[in-house]
Amino acid sequence: MKNPLDSIWGTIISGLILTAILYLAVKNFLM
Amino acid sequence: MELVPVLARWLHFLAGIMWIGLLYYFNFVQVPALKAAAADSTAAGITKHVAPRALLYFRWSAVATWLAGAALLGGNFVGAFTLAKGLAGIGIGAWLGTIMLFNVWALIWPNQQKILGMKPASDEEKNKARRVALLASRTNMALSIPMLFFMAGGLTHKAAFGL
Repeated sequence: MKNPLDSIWGTIISGLILTAILYLAVKNFLM
Repeated sequence: MELVPVLARWLHFLAGIMWIGLLYYFNFVQVPALKAAAADSTAAGITKHVAPRALLYFRWSAVATWLAGAALLGGNFVGAFTLAKGLAGIGIGAWLGTIMLFNVWALIWPNQQKILGMKPASDEEKNKARRVALLASRTNMALSIPMLFFMAGGLTHKAAFGL
């Protein structure tokens, strides 16, 4: 599998996915 | 209005804009420009005159951003980093920023020194350094997206979390 960080768009999408995961984690488990 | 938090927030934003602005410059402008410049042998202008200056402001604005952020957290510093109740949002932002600062000083800067010829390195070492520096820079770009989401929420995150 290609490393998503090799492309700008792969990097941005990775960042957006990580944002969603962290948001849900904070909202459901840490607040 | 207390003076220290006001100044710390101001400096945090000023230095943070410089840091993340230069991070986006590297990823959106310089990396593709160097690829194009390699094709017609004009990369020296960038690697000799632009990159060292950009890296100087990049790494020190990262330090200034972190220190101003720590000052801004003040008494909430430990609570934020231990993700204490009510501080988890800004705590996640603070952790992401700290990981990014580590990447700048432990991965990007030492490898860029080899790439730009500021430190002696063989061609093989330079190639490895290019890969590590690129991945660390891209990692920071990806991390900047959730980092800014959690930072922009401030200490309470009322809008995002319905507090």
